[in-house]
Parts: sequence; structure tokens; C-alpha cells
Amino acid sequence: MGELNLSEAEVGRAREAAARIAADTLAEIEGKTTVAVERAVLRLLGVEGVTQDGVPWSNVVVDDLLSRDLLDKGAAVWFVRARTADGGSPEDTARRMVRGEVDYGSLPRVEPEDLRGRMRSLAREGLDRIDRSRSVREERLAELGRGREPLRYLIVATGDIHEDAIQARAAARGGADIIAVIRHTAQSLLDYVPEDGSIQGVGGTIANRGNFRVMREALDEVSEELGRYIFLTNYCSGLCMPEMAVLGAQERLDVMLNDSMYGVIFRDINMVRTFIDQHFSRALLARAGMMINTGEDNYLTTSDAFEKAHTVLASQFINEQFALKSGLAPGQIGLGHAFEISPKLEDSFLFELAQAQMVRQIFADCPVKYMPPTKYMTGNIFQGNVQNALFNAVSVLTDQSVHLLGMPTEALHTPHVHDRHLSLENVDYVFRAIRHLGEDIVFRPGGRIETRASNVLDKAVDMLEEIAGMGLMQAISEAMFADIARTREGGKGLEGVVAKAGDYCNPIAELLWEERALS
Amino acid sequence: MNEHVDLVTAYGDTRGDGAVQLSFTLPVTSGEKARQAALILAAKMGLEEPRVVLMDPIDPTFTYFILYGRTRESLDFSSIQVHEAAYEIMAPEEINRFIRETFGRKLVVIGACIGSDAHTVGIDAIMNMKGYDMHKGLESYPEIRALNLGAQVPCETLVARAMEEKADAVLVSQVVTQKNAHLKNFTRLIEILEAEGIAERMVLIVGGPQVTLELAKELGYDAGFGRGTYPEHVASFLVQELAGRKTKRG
Repeated sequence: MGELNLSEAEVGRAREAAARIAADTLAEIEGKTTVAVERAVLRLLGVEGVTQDGVPWSNVVVDDLLSRDLLDKGAAVWFVRARTADGGSPEDTARRMVRGEVDYGSLPRVEPEDLRGRMRSLAREGLDRIDRSRSVREERLAELGRGREPLRYLIVATGDIHEDAIQARAAARGGADIIAVIRHTAQSLLDYVPEDGSIQGVGGTIANRGNFRVMREALDEVSEELGRYIFLTNYCSGLCMPEMAVLGAQERLDVMLNDSMYGVIFRDINMVRTFIDQHFSRALLARAGMMINTGEDNYLTTSDAFEKAHTVLASQFINEQFALKSGLAPGQIGLGHAFEISPKLEDSFLFELAQAQMVRQIFADCPVKYMPPTKYMTGNIFQGNVQNALFNAVSVLTDQSVHLLGMPTEALHTPHVHDRHLSLENVDYVFRAIRHLGEDIVFRPGGRIETRASNVLDKAVDMLEEIAGMGLMQAISEAMFADIARTREGGKGLEGVVAKAGDYCNPIAELLWEERALS
Repeated sequence: MNEHVDLVTAYGDTRGDGAVQLSFTLPVTSGEKARQAALILAAKMGLEEPRVVLMDPIDPTFTYFILYGRTRESLDFSSIQVHEAAYEIMAPEEINRFIRETFGRKLVVIGACIGSDAHTVGIDAIMNMKGYDMHKGLESYPEIRALNLGAQVPCETLVARAMEEKADAVLVSQVVTQKNAHLKNFTRLIEILEAEGIAERMVLIVGGPQVTLELAKELGYDAGFGRGTYPEHVASFLVQELAGRKTKRG
């Protein structure tokens, strides 16, 4: 498609402001860690499994260290020292630690250099496991290939992983390239990962290692059958964000939903906690070669898509800068947006086209993810199919990378198997019918579409510069996103934020950052 | 025939033809046997002359059908009795004027998505300034103090806040209905309100895509609003209900 004539200077200003916003926010959190980061580190050092009561060992150990005011040095330090002393399995060491059998005051002294070496060698093993998963993905992709963009992204949400697997296979056979498993309602607010074996959930399925494996296996099977690699998506969000990154990376998920502000704004999770968890999580996802998907669509279910389009763009710039600073490559940053404009608005299609083309151009190297109408789906399933057809048209015209299929029954029920089928048929038809139309379209200079895009960009620049001036945390507390205000001291999970001691060590983070350029 | 009987049935293009369309999926492989299965199922549902107009394989294990047929059933329309919230829909300006004249103070309305539900789209549509579909929400009403507590609010928190703010009405929304999560949450809230002895003092309203007035009444709420509700519908009911209670109290 012809390019919109957007001011490069304005785009540059937006990026610069966003880079400042991300850098300032990261500077604010630099001296802090969280219980979730420490749990993720322990998992990567080999602390897996659950207690007899079904509580993950990583939780028990970290809570114990927190209650003894020892977490400020990092869980890895104590774990490795205790393990050096007893020489047992990771689980044995964890058990002894929480039973109070480890006397932290009189652990045998280990020379700092030696301790560091031991921590790094365990960390190396942890990262090797992630690297192996990444290699398997790369090999399979090379062997099987992938679908054609826009990649068809479909959701399964039965609440039972085995039923999810059946529906996912049917969806892949119908043309889906990416399967997302909707997570159990409110799992994001659990400060632990529910143990394996919990195969059911409400509103979705529990996300844990066991269930990741069931779905990965089903998709690998159907990938072989179809000769096309099918990607698997789950959530890297909520109070266990870093642990979900670990599990996702180990179990070869390909995509994880990870937004810089979603948890803060829509789940009322503390912002300091979120930014710390997110920075570490993204570094892990970067290493694992996974794609993140950001959640700007959510702003538009709360605010108006026409009036608040610039907040979506501003958030995309911020998400991009945070992601780059965590080591994600542009090709891993799936920025989100959505076709949520009111169908009653005259020229709504033009405005969506303007937004989608603008996002495509500005984030040219990012796998941009476009999400379907949900807010104005009414229960008229036939009209809904028409709305989805227009959405499909914008997506293929503007070369979106990932296309979340809209359901005619959106807002009625979790999709029935034929809802997904009808939706895939709709996409097939529209993508095929206008596959190359974009090549023949040029935008009239100064026309409605170009003017709309320029206006949105200008407003986004103003907003980003205003945020850069006051700081992102202040901006969120002034309800600059989605009209929802959150405070620095408010929200869930603040009690799990800990100031690091001078001799704090996170061996996983050390290796991730040292080897970032190589991965 | 009784002259008050008003028989109706589904209408296609001729009164009384009973024409219906339906679609469903069978977990079987597409083919002649599958088509027969669909026809038999439709006949068992009571459809006459069922016709399969589409048999579409979703994959080797599922087949999607669209069918037409005629129902032989009809019903007496005049005999149906429904709960319809007896209130008159007013425009926002009228509602604000009504509040000023009847109560002489601002009304306090607290809303939330309770329990595990994170879907605020319903409560936001009714309460937020922006509203929905060009119908502004209760926050835009000068005579209403609207407090939207947002998603996943524990019932206890909502009740505590409602008491603290001396709320005139409590609005709760539930979108997720899987495994009847919404019923559990609605019931729990009523139990807490009753335990606190304030259930009678406030107008209690539920909303959500699967909510009906019957359901709301059954659970002990004053009203229930489903799909297609605009903020002024809720506000109209609310002010008229409060005015009615005021008159009763004298």
C-alpha cells in the first residue's frame, strides 16, 4: 500500500520522549527486586515442584527469606550457599531452608568469587534449558515453515485444557496459525502458580507447566499433520509475570501477552511491582526468542476509539522502548491495537485504515497485532460477521502481522466450534479477495485518511512529551491512560517489592544482560 | 375458539407458516450419514419438513449445519405474563431535574464488577462519563455522585464502601457466566447486604448480558438490566423507585 506522508520529525520526537519515559521509569526501579523475580530465579536454578500442601517451593522459600529480612541479597545467594553446605537436590535444599534447618548466620563462608562462580554455573544450566527450547522452535520452523501474514490468531477458552486441545486442533486445521489459550479468570491476581494437575478453570484454563505441555503437544502434532508450525500463546502478566516467562520459555510457548501498563491499569496491580517484574520477564522472553503481544486494545474497550486513538499510539511507543531496553529485538515486539471504533460513526472505516496504516509504517519492523471489534458487537451475529469483514479488510490492506480473528458471537459466549469456523471462512474470503489491493492504493496527500493519521500522531507526541515531563508513574496516577487513575503506593503486590542490598545478586539477570547482544 | 386467544407462531413469509432457521455442529464426519443425523435431530426437536441447506465440514471430526424447517407449535400470546420493570424512560436532563425536585440532594450510586469478574465493559457503559453508543454514563449526571469501583471488587469491599458513602443504590455487573459464576457472586452480595441489614435501604441493581428481570427478582434484587441497556434506563428506574419508596415512607 502507498505510504502515508507522516512527519518523520514528529515520529522522532515521539520515540525520543518514549525512550526518556522508559529510561526514567527503569532508573526509579533499579535498586529494587520483587518476590516474583526471586521466585523466577529459583525456578531457573532448579527449584521446582510443590510442597505437600501444593504450594510451589519457590514461593515457600522466597516468603521465608522475606520474613527473615534476607531477601535483599537475592534468593540465589542464600539458595546456593545452603546448597553448597548440604550438597543435596534443589528440592532438599529448599525443604531444609523453610524448615528452619538452615542457620543463615553460620553458613560456611564461601569466597565471593567462588559463590559467584557457583551461582553463574547453575544459572547457565537454567538458561541452557531455555536455549534448547528456542533451538527446537527454530528447527521446527525451518522444517515446517509458518503461515502467511497476517497470521491468523485464534482463541480457545473452554476452561478445560483437554477440550481446549480438541478445539485448537480443529482451529489449526481450519487455518489458524496461532492459538491462544485464555487463562483462568483472575489468575493474574494469584501470587503463585497453581500446581500441575489443575486442568480446569473459570472463564479459561489454569496456566501452568502441565497445561502448557498438553497444548504444546497437541499443536506439535497438528503442525506435523498440516506441515505448518502452529504458534502457542499464553499470558505473561499479573503477579507471577516473571515465573510465567520462565515456564513459557521452558515449555516452548512462542508468544506471550505482556503489556507495560495493562496490569497496573486494568488489574490494579502495583506499578512499581509491575515495572520491575516486566523488565526481567521481557529479558527472559527476549532470550527465549519469543514474541510479546502488548494490550493497547484494552484502552479502547474503556475509552472511545476515535477520541483516544492517540493514547494507543503513545502506549505503543512506550511499550516499544521498554521492550528494546529489556533486550527484545523489534521482530519480537508485537504491538497491539484494535478495530473498536463505533460503527455508527461516518467514515469509521477510513479512520481505522488510517490508524492501522500509521501503526504499520511507524513500527515497520515489529509484528503488529490487530484485534477485532468487541465493544460494538451486539448479539446480531449476522451484522457482527459484516463488522468482522471490514476489520479483515483493513488488516490485509495494511499488512498487519498478526490478526486476531473476530467472532460473530463476541460478547455472547465463549466461541462455539462453528463460530471459529465461520470466522475463519470470513477471513479466508476477504484476504483472498483483496490480497493485493493494497499495492494499487495510494493515499491522497492531505486527504481524510492522511489528515486523520497526522492528527493522531501529533496528539500522541504531545501526550508523550507531557508524560516525559512528569514521569510515567505520575501520568498513570493522573489517569492519562483509559481514564483510570492508579497510585504508586496503591494496588496489589507492593508488599512483594524489596530494596536490594549492596551485595545483591541475580545471576540470571547478570547472564541475560551480559549476553544480550549475542542472543 | 375463545376470542381472547391470540395464537402466534414463527413467521417466515406467511402468517402461521412456522418457519424457523437453526444452525448447529455435530461431532461427526461430514457425509450422507451426517446429513441424516442432522435431519433426525431437527425432527426430534419438532420441526416439520426440515431441510439441510448447508453441510460444511469444519474438520474431519466436526460438521456444521444450517437448517430450515417449520415448527408445528404455537402459543397464546395474550396469556403471557412477564415482569416488566414498571418505569418510564426519561431523558438525562429530566432525570437530573427530577432528582433536584424530588430529593433536593445528589444521589449516590456505587457500581462494581464483583468477585472474580474482570470484564468492566458493562459497568463502564452505564457509569463512566463516556457511556456507550453516544449515551453518556451516570458520571455525567450533575445530580448523581457515581462511583465506579471497577473490576474484581470483593463483595465485602463494595458493601463497606456503600455504607461509608451512604449509597442510594448499588449497581453490580457480571459478564462471565461460565459455570454460573455470576449467580454465585450475585447471591453472595445479597447475603452480605442482608447480614449487614442494609439490603432494604438501598436500591439493588444487577446487570450483565445474561441478566433478566426475572433472574434479578429471584435473587432478591430490585431490578436487572441485560443487553441493550443505556445509562438513562438504569437512572430512570432508580429515581422512580427511590421516589416511590420516599412516598411510602411518607
